[in-house]
Order: sequence, then structure tokens, then C-alpha cells
Amino acid sequence: MRNAKQQSLQFSHRNVSILFIVIALLCLPFADLNIYNVQPWQELQRFAWAILNPEMGDIKIVLNALLQTISFALLGVLLGVICAIPLSYLYRFSPMRGLCAFLRAIHELFWALIFLQVFGLSPLTGILALAIPYAATFAKVYAEIIEEADKSVVHALPKYSGHLNRFFYGLLPDVWQSLKTYTAYRFECGLRSSVILGFIGLPTLGFYLQSSFMQGDYSYVVVLLFVFYILIASMRYWLRPFLLPVYFSIALYTLLKNQHEVKWDNVVRFFTQDIIPAPIRGDKQGGYDELAQWFGTIMQDQAMPGIINTLLLTQIALVVTAIVSLIVYPLISKHFQAKLGRGIGHVVLVVMRSTPEYILAFILLQFFGPSMLPAVIALALHNSGIIGHLLGNQSNSMKLRIDSAKGLNLYAYEVTPRLYGNFLAYLFYRWEIILRETAIMGLLGVATLGFYIDNAMQDLRFDRALLLILITALLNMSIDAVSRILRRRSTNKARHSNDL
Amino acid sequence: MPLFDLQDVTISYDETIVIAKLSMTIEAGERIAILGKSGAGKSTLLRYLYEQAPDECAWAPQAPALSQALSVYHNVYMGRLGDYPTWRNLWNLIRPYKANVVEIKQLLEVLRLTGKCFTKVNTLSGGQQQRTGLARALYQKKPILLADEPVSAVDEYQAEEIIKSLQAYSQTIILGLHDSYLALNHCDRIIGLKDGKLVIDAPTSELGMADLACLYQ
Repeated sequence: MRNAKQQSLQFSHRNVSILFIVIALLCLPFADLNIYNVQPWQELQRFAWAILNPEMGDIKIVLNALLQTISFALLGVLLGVICAIPLSYLYRFSPMRGLCAFLRAIHELFWALIFLQVFGLSPLTGILALAIPYAATFAKVYAEIIEEADKSVVHALPKYSGHLNRFFYGLLPDVWQSLKTYTAYRFECGLRSSVILGFIGLPTLGFYLQSSFMQGDYSYVVVLLFVFYILIASMRYWLRPFLLPVYFSIALYTLLKNQHEVKWDNVVRFFTQDIIPAPIRGDKQGGYDELAQWFGTIMQDQAMPGIINTLLLTQIALVVTAIVSLIVYPLISKHFQAKLGRGIGHVVLVVMRSTPEYILAFILLQFFGPSMLPAVIALALHNSGIIGHLLGNQSNSMKLRIDSAKGLNLYAYEVTPRLYGNFLAYLFYRWEIILRETAIMGLLGVATLGFYIDNAMQDLRFDRALLLILITALLNMSIDAVSRILRRRSTNKARHSNDL
Repeated sequence: MPLFDLQDVTISYDETIVIAKLSMTIEAGERIAILGKSGAGKSTLLRYLYEQAPDECAWAPQAPALSQALSVYHNVYMGRLGDYPTWRNLWNLIRPYKANVVEIKQLLEVLRLTGKCFTKVNTLSGGQQQRTGLARALYQKKPILLADEPVSAVDEYQAEEIIKSLQAYSQTIILGLHDSYLALNHCDRIIGLKDGKLVIDAPTSELGMADLACLYQ
């Protein structure tokens, strides 16, 4: 039973939805949604032609890229899991929760950009870039899963059973399946992240995607994309527990083969000099004023425009995602589609959600030029693929009355209202993820925070880059906090982030 | 010609027989109570009747299966979705039509839901939700009303009032009930089921409480 006081703090679904739509509409006039390319359709036509005419090229390169992609994902995720075990145990302490939220808030590409300066194009760069944010996410979700576990078995154990025994006999069997499912799901994300790492120069699929796209070799791009889809779609056939040791050995061998010496003076210099704000670096004993000026200039010229553009893009993309999700979920819902239609719907949604938004944005940017339009489309397609999939599946477990309406009436009066609470919860979860991705889109030329970070990196101003990355992380953590409040106040689904 | 003509109907789920060799006819204008213990086959029989003539029946299942996120008004309106063009139904979600609101408010008054028209269903009590479900069925104004335990979550006095008022909305009324008193006082005919078999089929004028006791043994 809710009392009156709690009730007054609740936001109705309708009000929250209207609020977000109004914010997005207010953002629209300030967002750059132009098409800069003069003839985008001509290039799109060429791309469409290439889809029908894929060209394999050198198969060895494709296979090697595939091997590298899988290896980075395997080792990055493995290291993440190993680190997450102690972290999740300590997750009940709030400093640890804060640390994990911070590590999570920095996108793996930003981590990669940092490690690139430290270790160069060494495999370590890719592995750490994946392992750090993944460890933080695993820590959170593992801790949540364990917290929600059925504790009755633990309580029933004899008092003198040791701590570890309690865990292995009482808790682990109960949560094992959830942990496994979630880890496997994150491995799929790891594969996507690993592809993306190619865009900063690591030898994964993304590297070849980018270079062949730049050369206009669309037929080859199409092959690489197909290879990627097949890799994701076939995961359940080749990702078998008993094969994992073999995979890890191969991955280790593949990556270590290319390991080059880490130049330790580089590492030391990066941490002791490069990232120290310029005015107080080394012998320059700049005063407080100079530091304040340094900070003020960056804030005014780069951080503020970056933050504004990041937020504009995020809010628009979030609402477009919401609309597209509501349009696509019926594609896989048994209440609206026959079996054949659902099959096609599943394929469409799988393609939408397995294409990393970064790649999608990259491709669309080549066609439309560096405005926010391609980024919005890319973010909306990827995220609504995920949300549409979850909603569609949920609608399938929904029982309808025998006298229920049909078609659009059923959609508007029955199924969508019943899904709406979960729909909002999913959107709020994706909100923070969309913001993370939006920041990253800057590397592709959209003027979000990532754009300024990339510029600073290229100018070798690592102090500035690091400050901007910190700001990005803080922005992300604030959105996460707001999203948590909204989830609690407007939907009854405050937990279960492991669906996403 | 009878509305329903059942000859030796047998219904089974997963090889369990729920209704066994049931024969009966129902004429237009009858007010029938189907009595029996829970599990006797009342709901199955009602569902079967509904499936025989879905276009002529208003359906009020035992669990009202309402759209929890929508208001009472919209849930009641849903009864008539098929009568209006879809665009009108969609607009009605955003802005309720005055004519429908007036009509639905009258109905809610009869069902003692006055003032609840724009309340979200998930804040209502079980009894109120049940009456909302019944309102949806009545709103359809179909010639036949099929209602499964329509007043089980309502107090006795209100239950009687509501059952009495049903006649105004449908010509033929078939109710699944567990309350013998209501059945005897407000229906013309009683159909008694026990373990899926028809054990009583007689006008209420020929029956007394004692005759119905056998159903509950």
C-alpha cells in the first residue's frame, strides 16, 4: 500500500514521457541535423549495390582480423571477470560502488585512447581498455545477482560452516546460472567493443572496416560486416564451456605474438608529467591563478560546448529510440505477427542490435557528413533493436482475454499500456549507455565531448584530454543518478539491470 | 430457434474431462445462473458458450484482466473498440470523447464506481476492479451477457443491487455464481454442475435452497 506522501513523489508514466518529449523538442533547434554531403544518395546507392555484390578479397586478412577480434574480447572479458570477483565482494561498501561507477562511466574507447599513449599499439592497450570498464560492470551486476539470490539455503546451513563453504554450497549453486548467462551476454558486448577498438588502430575487424570504407571498397566492407553478424549469431554454437581453455590458449598466443616491449619511461612520463595540468607541470611552479585560468579556458572553450552537444544528442536520440522501439516490438510479437513475420522480425532486430552504434554512425557519417543526424539514427537503431527485442519477448508471455481487440486497437489499449512501465525502465537504463556512446561519437567528428578529447589527444595535450575525460565520466554518473531516481519514482523496476 | 443448442458436449484439457456429455438449450431472454463448486466446470462452460457466438456475447471473465496502466474510463471503453474506427480509438487515448465519458459515467454510477472514471485501475481494490470489468461487458450492450462470478468480491447488499441492474443491458443473461441465494432470487433458471456433469436444470420457481445443497457436497 502506498501512502499519500509517497504518491505525491511518484511521476506518472504519462508525465515522464511528456517531459522527455518536450525536452527533446526543445533540443531540436540547437542540434545540427543537416546533411552536409551533397549527394548522399549516390554513395548510398553504391553501398546498396555492394550488399548484393560482396567481394571476399584476401581471406587470410579476414580470418586474422576475426581471430584478433575474438582474442581481444576473450582476454579482456576474462581479465574483467577475474578483477570483478573481489570487487563484487567489496561492492557493498560505498567507496567501491563509487569507484566502479566511475570506471564504468568511461567508455572503452576512451580507456583505449589513454592506454594508447602509455603502451602504444600493444595488445595490452586493447585488453586493459576492455577489462577495466567490464570489471566495473561485472562487479555491479554480480553483486546485484548475489544480493537477490535466495538466501534460505545459506540460513539453513549449520552455524559453524565456514565463510567460503557457505558461499560455494549455499549461494553459488543458486546464482551460477544467472552469472553464467550474464557473463556470456557481456562477452557478446565484448566482441562488439573489440571490433570498435579497431578504429583506433588495433588489428581487429574495425580496423579493416574503417580502412576499406575510406577507400570506398564497399564490397569488402559488406563482407566484413557479414562475417561479424555470423560471428555473433553463431555464438551459441561455438561458445561452449569445455572449449574455453582452448580458446584462451589460442587468444593468448595470438596476442602475445605481437607483444612488443613496453617502454617504461613512456609509462612513467605519462603519469608523472603528461597528465599533470600544464601550468603546474615540472619546474613551472605556476600559481593558483594560472591553474584556474587553464581550467577556465578548457571549461569555456571545450567542456561546455562538448557537454551541451553531448546532452542535446543524447536527449534527441533517447526519444527517437523510444519511438522506434514502440514501432518495432510488434515485429516479433505473436499478438501482431504470424510465425513467418516473426521470423523476419527477429532477423531485423538481431541485425539492429548486433551492429555496434559506433560502426553504424561511422557508415552513416560517410554518407551524410558530420552532423548529429547520422549519430541519432545510429543510436536509435541500435538501442531500439535491444529494447524492441525485450518488449516483444515480454508481450509474447502476456495472456490476453478471449474477447480482446485486434491490430492497432490491441496495440494501443492492451499490449503497449501493459508493457509501458518496463519500457520506461529499459529506456532509463539505456539513457546512460546512450550518453556514453554519444560522447564517443565525437571521435567520428560530431562535436560531442569525444571530439574535444580526440583533438586534445592529437595535439598531445594529455592534461586537457584527461580533464575532459573526467568531465565526461562525471556527466555520465550524474545521468546515471537521475535515471536511478526516475526508475524508482516512475517505474517499479529499480533493479534487474542484468537484462541489458 | 434457441440461442444455444448443446448436444452431448464434452470438453477436456490435457485428457482431463472438464465437461462431460452436457446437453441443454438456452432461449433468448432467459436469466440463467450456473451454480457449482469451484472446479465444477462453470468457467469452462461459460467460455464454451462465448466461443459459440463471440459477436453476440459480452464477456466478463472472473479475473477481469484489465489494462492496469489505463484509467477505468479507458478500460470500459475497450469494450467497444470494434465499434469505432481505429483512428478514433487512438485519439480517445489522448483525449476522451465527451459522449463516451457521459455514457460511461452513468454506467459507473450504477456499478457504484462514481468518481472513479479517470482513476488508474492499478489503484483500485479487487472489488472495484471486478466491477470495472463488468462495466466493460455491460458497455458493449450485446444481446447476451456472459459473466463469471461478477460479484464475488463485492459485499452482499451491493451484489444484489448489481445483479438486479444487469437486466437493463442485455436481453439474455448467463452468470456463473457460487451464491445460491442470489441465483434463486434473481434468475429464472438454474443450471447446476457437479464434476463436469449437469445435475440440475430447472426453473428457480421449482427449486429451494435444499435442492441446491447437493451441488456443494
